[in-house]
Amino acid sequence: MKKLTFKGGTHPPHSKKATEKLALEKANAPKTVVIPMQQHIGAPCDPIVAVGDEVKVGQKIGEAKGFVSVPVHSSVSGKVTAIEPRMYSGGTKVTCVVIESDMQDTIHESVTSKGSLEALSADDIKNIIKEAGIVGMGGAAFPTHVKLAPPPEKNVDTVILNGAECEPYLTADHRLMLENPEDVVLGLQAFMKVLNVSKGYIGIEDNKVDAIEVMQKAAQGKAGIEVVVLHAKYPQGAEKQLINACTGREVPSGGLPADAGVVVNNVGTAAAVAKAIKTGMPLVERIVTITGAGINNPKNLLVKIGTNFREVVDQCGGFKGNPQKIIAGGPMMGIAQFHIDIPVIKGTSGILVLSEEEARLPESSNCIRCGKCVDVCPINLMPAGLSAHALLDNYDQAEGLHAMDCIECGSCSFVCPAKRPLVESIRLAKREILAKRRKAQAK
Amino acid sequence: MENGRFLVSSSPHIRSGESTQRIMMDVAIALLPALFSGIWFFGLRALMMTIVAVVFAVASEVVMQKVMKRPVTVKDFSAVVTGMLIAFNVPSTLPLWMVAIGAIFAIVIVKQCFGGVGHNFINPALAARAMLLASWPVDMTAWVTPGVDAVTTATPLALIKGTEAVNVVLPNVMDLFVGNVGGCIGETSALALLIGGLYLLYRKVISYRIPVIYIATVGVFAFMFSGFDLSYVPYHVFAGGLFLGAIFMATDYSSSPMTAKGQIIFAIGCGFLTSVIRFFGGYPEGVSYSILLMNIATPLIDRFTLPRKFGEVKKSA
Ligand code: SF4
Ligand code: SF4
Repeated sequence: MKKLTFKGGTHPPHSKKATEKLALEKANAPKTVVIPMQQHIGAPCDPIVAVGDEVKVGQKIGEAKGFVSVPVHSSVSGKVTAIEPRMYSGGTKVTCVVIESDMQDTIHESVTSKGSLEALSADDIKNIIKEAGIVGMGGAAFPTHVKLAPPPEKNVDTVILNGAECEPYLTADHRLMLENPEDVVLGLQAFMKVLNVSKGYIGIEDNKVDAIEVMQKAAQGKAGIEVVVLHAKYPQGAEKQLINACTGREVPSGGLPADAGVVVNNVGTAAAVAKAIKTGMPLVERIVTITGAGINNPKNLLVKIGTNFREVVDQCGGFKGNPQKIIAGGPMMGIAQFHIDIPVIKGTSGILVLSEEEARLPESSNCIRCGKCVDVCPINLMPAGLSAHALLDNYDQAEGLHAMDCIECGSCSFVCPAKRPLVESIRLAKREILAKRRKAQAK
Repeated sequence: MENGRFLVSSSPHIRSGESTQRIMMDVAIALLPALFSGIWFFGLRALMMTIVAVVFAVASEVVMQKVMKRPVTVKDFSAVVTGMLIAFNVPSTLPLWMVAIGAIFAIVIVKQCFGGVGHNFINPALAARAMLLASWPVDMTAWVTPGVDAVTTATPLALIKGTEAVNVVLPNVMDLFVGNVGGCIGETSALALLIGGLYLLYRKVISYRIPVIYIATVGVFAFMFSGFDLSYVPYHVFAGGLFLGAIFMATDYSSSPMTAKGQIIFAIGCGFLTSVIRFFGGYPEGVSYSILLMNIATPLIDRFTLPRKFGEVKKSA
């Protein structure tokens, strides 16, 4: 079997053993859900319910504002008890609709099947995707319908589904592909129809042999769809690297995948689209991998959006030992959380709990110029030099060394023997450069 | 932590097992075969000298860092490596106090004054060797034959060059390869150095680029400069400090380029300069000076060999 990959990258331990063989389980129904009005990149939603209102599963409770935005729906049936700012995994407070569940899970009238894919037009499908509140499920949570509307001058001819799941520990996509391959394929067909392209790839890393087999079987006889086997290497699932591995094309610096003629979506996103078409149910639950040395019984759970992290962790046997770190997402790009009392949102691919020992931060020392960060950077940057400029506040020089091209994959920080805060400082430089650009524009 | 705040830090939340200490320890381990061959050919004095160099290197690092109020970092093993390399770069007859001075110079002046590990722009051990050679040229070139009844001799390269009128015949290539010839403690056995180099490659501490290209370049130029005479090539490749220099000194992280392209340019430059010095310069040996010269060129090389970033669009002129 031909295996494809990209240049650079690194090999963090996979750490997927704890959950990769565990079938999906439905999480216990939550008594209360806290649903943020912003779970996506783009404009936050306006709540369209009021305190005291009765809501049902799948009912729209937040209306999208602007093109880059998607609506938000209730994941339970019950009563709205509060609309107020609460902490969420983005690290800030956002307006949330708090719903007390009546434990009936009554489904809203609007949730009805949209019929077969053949009967729907490209615009119908795009609209279904937007109205179902679907965003990138890999973690970035970018509104999917926006990706499906590339400017007409870009010649998009390929859709790639990202099933690489290169983040260590996470197995949500792996289990999804094993247990629900038909939906993944149907979702891909929907994307292909919207974009009017005939080529669809499903990229999967070679450490998921079973998923490759299952997906290959599901894709058999489906015109234009091909499963691509990728080397297990981080960050294989990064958009630009995935496109490069599958098609050999390079997304131009500062450009979008569409500039390389490709649209990339996560396998989880595809499955959510399939569900929205088949049943009409918007995105109100997702698969979350709960794992790490600080968890007693790691699991892959199907969790309703808005469920408290703590409730989810409790269903996995609670904390083991005295864990020090909770991460929303994977260990390479996930966001560490101050508190556990935050809701699962559309982009929560994992809840990773690290033990005291794993969470200890290594002390950083002088850069020894070993060049390892240069070797692993998938964008071919010079992380050592970039970071040195960033730490001295030389943001102009950092910009000259292409700080803005950094995809923040963290490979450089991961390999650095001197434990330099590489991506951390580059991130800071990026923020400063953006602020400066914005200021320049305002003038 | 149940009710408190959890630890928050920037991603990534996991780090590789690599550390500066691990890398430097690997280099020290890789130097051991050369140390054994040094002891085998030049006696226990070679060991003594290595110990003196290491002790003084480590001690001066501690003192210097204390004085400069910096965190003491001898645990990273880099001073140990520098000490070993200094001893390996001098003849076995050098007085011990000179070895000590070399070690102090390398650590205090070349390494710590410029900011410690990673900040020295030239290789400390080579700088020390150059300093010793300039200060005590006679002691630094007092070569003896290996073995108990060590007699004064010349290095094979000096013999080829004819700079020293000693009645010794050119050693055969096999002796040259295993190190049974006159020279510095750690440089004579290409075999032992090669074993160490393979270990470093296996441990991914160095890449093959600098050593292989450096040695190959010297081979090619030796062939050309000697008027296309193949019999000179093995002497130029196996004799003198080439293996020591190419595997252990030119690959010093701090003073060599970080990019693949830069390393290739650096290695070719080292090889070219070494050959030029050997054939046209005043010294029979050119490894140290060529590496030092290329060390100085390293920042420039790094600047001009920035890798082509992913997705860079070729600018239409
Ligand atoms: S990996 Fe770390 S020590 Fe090595 S060059 Fe990069 S920043 Fe320096
Ligand atoms: S510099 Fe950016 S893109 Fe390159 S390895 Fe580091 S985080 Fe990844």
